[in-house]
Amino acid sequence: MSDILDVVIIGSGPAGLSAAVYAMRAQLKTLVIEKNPMSGGQIINTYEVDNYLGLPGINGFDMGMKMREHAEKLNTPFMTNEVIKVDMEDKIKILTCQDGTVIKTKTILIATGANNRKLGMKAETDLVGKGVSYCATCDGAFYRGKTVAVVGGGDVAVEDAIFLARGSKQVYLIHRRDSLRATKILQEELFALPNVTLVWDSAVEDIIGNETVEKIRLKNIKTSSVTELDVDGVFVAIGTNPVSDLLDGIVEMDNGKYIIANENCETSQKGIFAAGDIRAKQLRQVITAASDGANAITSIDRYLREYK
Amino acid sequence: MNMVIELTNESFESEVLKESGVVLVDLYATWCGPCKALAPVVHKIAEEKEGSVKVAKIDIDQNMEIAKQYLVQSIPTLLFFKDGEVKETMLGLQEKGKIEEVLNRL
Repeated sequence: MSDILDVVIIGSGPAGLSAAVYAMRAQLKTLVIEKNPMSGGQIINTYEVDNYLGLPGINGFDMGMKMREHAEKLNTPFMTNEVIKVDMEDKIKILTCQDGTVIKTKTILIATGANNRKLGMKAETDLVGKGVSYCATCDGAFYRGKTVAVVGGGDVAVEDAIFLARGSKQVYLIHRRDSLRATKILQEELFALPNVTLVWDSAVEDIIGNETVEKIRLKNIKTSSVTELDVDGVFVAIGTNPVSDLLDGIVEMDNGKYIIANENCETSQKGIFAAGDIRAKQLRQVITAASDGANAITSIDRYLREYK
Repeated sequence: MNMVIELTNESFESEVLKESGVVLVDLYATWCGPCKALAPVVHKIAEEKEGSVKVAKIDIDQNMEIAKQYLVQSIPTLLFFKDGEVKETMLGLQEKGKIEEVLNRL
């Protein structure tokens, strides 16, 4: 592809797909590069998205597919590939992909989002898929009638606990603080469940198990006392890490490696824009990701008009 | 014609264990988003590898026995069989190239 594109959108979650819709409608020469041939980003793991305006209770996967259909209806070109390097030649950005493909573009919109943060102990890695999970809706069925722990205090952790409580015998929600960060309506639903127990002020010190998870060791942060809890599964929902390595050293990032970009999604590097969960911001949700995608293309369109 | 064979607890033995050569088995459930995302990738592999690799799927909701037998507690899981034995396991949504890499190794 020797042509110079107007915009390459990297990532195809809600931010990338929203941007694709705006870019195609603005008739920009667009390409979306995605790691996996199906998009949706993190929401495809969500059983129910209940806070997107106009679509209460939609299944996360269905929502992702609807977004994809919308982008496809506008003939958005998609490419399954992974961008591994970004070079700059004057104003042109040169992207090198894993399979050696080189793409030239006037602008980049990075929308690679975030992935699950890990607790960080060795046993966690060793026992993934053997009791340790990052997706309650995927793996919940294996814990019917069993005892599980969910770690975290945000929306995802509480949603996971509610989801698991439907089938599991007992759910423990383990949180470092003495109150939850999750939306009030979710908290209310959680507190009403008879088989959910909250374990406050506690951090998971270790996960113990031979073939599969058998128990977790908890430390009370206030009293330093250590206890063990027998569980069959541990669902980790302690937030996300940005997938921003690609632009390390190219654009400014905060301490957590989220890309610093203003509301117009402009990064510190001219011609590079950031949208969705990868951007340093207060609230990471589908609605803010979709909003970023729209704003970013508006900025890109303006940038291209002033381009030469 | 569907090139991905739908397995059950009952057909598992004849279709997978007694099969000589490579069989790729996709353990999934109808309500699992990443499983739905993986399905077209598996389908594509079945299409492209027709004749050399047998590709099958099994709904764990209807057939929990098989999942238990192979200690699977997470879906989607891909099990790579060769001559009736599990040689490799892959958890979660996978890229097509990574699956092909394993198939080529077997």
